[in-house]
Amino acid sequence: MNIPSTLLGLLEAEPSHGYELKREYDNLFADNGRPLSFGQLYGTLSRLERDGQIAVHDLESGGGPDRKRYAITATGVTQLEEWLTKPERPEPLLQAVLFVKVVIALLSDRPAAEYLEAQRAVHLARMRELTAMRKSGPLSRSLLADYGLFHLDADLRWMELTAARLDQLRKEIER
Amino acid sequence: MTTALLHADAIGKSFGQTLALHDATVQIAAGDIVAVMGPSGSGKSTLLHCLAGIFAVDTGAVWFEGRRLDQLSDSARTKLRRSAFGFVFQFGQLVPELTAIDNIALPLLLGGVRNRDAYARAGSWFPRLGLDGLEHRRTGELSGGQAQRIAIGRALVTSPKVLFADEPTGALDSLTGENVMDLLVDTVRAEGSAVVLVTHDARVASHADRVVTVHDGRICDPRTAEVGA
Repeated sequence: MNIPSTLLGLLEAEPSHGYELKREYDNLFADNGRPLSFGQLYGTLSRLERDGQIAVHDLESGGGPDRKRYAITATGVTQLEEWLTKPERPEPLLQAVLFVKVVIALLSDRPAAEYLEAQRAVHLARMRELTAMRKSGPLSRSLLADYGLFHLDADLRWMELTAARLDQLRKEIER
Repeated sequence: MTTALLHADAIGKSFGQTLALHDATVQIAAGDIVAVMGPSGSGKSTLLHCLAGIFAVDTGAVWFEGRRLDQLSDSARTKLRRSAFGFVFQFGQLVPELTAIDNIALPLLLGGVRNRDAYARAGSWFPRLGLDGLEHRRTGELSGGQAQRIAIGRALVTSPKVLFADEPTGALDSLTGENVMDLLVDTVRAEGSAVVLVTHDARVASHADRVVTVHDGRICDPRTAEVGA
């Protein structure tokens, strides 16, 4: 799970307060990992602000302390774009980050199917490497390679199923 | 003209109103092991049948060793298939009433090889297939994995330039399937045959040198992806 990039993805649609961001994050992704703590949220927002990836859009005054509304910057969009387009290193238990990428891509009208296809190509290439390792190594190495192969195969099946259901998912998460 | 051993150039194929393949291009070099992947009904088996000259294409061209395969007469295509191509399917390709060695000798006998030579060549395959001693067993009495080994021997006994395999491990459990794939790949590497391997199974495809994906009758070329650090 990449919390900074996920927050950038949520902020890209519209400027938002920290509390709203947490609510949206938990709503979309808590089942897939765990709810975002306020410590993680505000720590991440201040680092993103320090790095110029988000900026304070306006301050809302109310009865209590001023509430900052954050907006993504051009640097932030570039960072988000890079995270989304770069396939992840194929490793077991990737599904959390792949799921987040798909949702963020759909929320921002980006080509989720293309990201999945690129990821699929990287997975297949890694499976070829593992198959070669399985054939050439001692049994202990072969079994390790098998472990990786079964997990990558499960990821691939999930990617194929998800690619076939992107339209449905888009409708479900539309804001 | 083309320098590839086998080349489908923008081929199309329809069955009635259904467009099974559209503008499909793929090149296979000598010794290449190419997996063709895609969901059920995507057109991957149709692609295999068109490449092997079993189906006539509606549009485009299929080249084999610089010759237009799709323009050969039916009898010339059949002859070419018998001499230059081998086939392994998911099941059902062996003659159950014949013995294992009869099945392997069959393509040689059909190709006009003398009986004694055909059986000598067929017999020499049994140690390579790990099936020593099963020569005279009827294939209906063999296990699924043993039957697929016989099918591989029968497909390769004529030293084909191209082996076409359609879900060759589809009916086997995963360990037997892996063993059969290991045998298939090791044998074709030793023989120098190219392979067109149709599968929906990524583990099977991972034995190939490269993967071509068919989706809704079109061949998708995945963009070159850079792996994240």
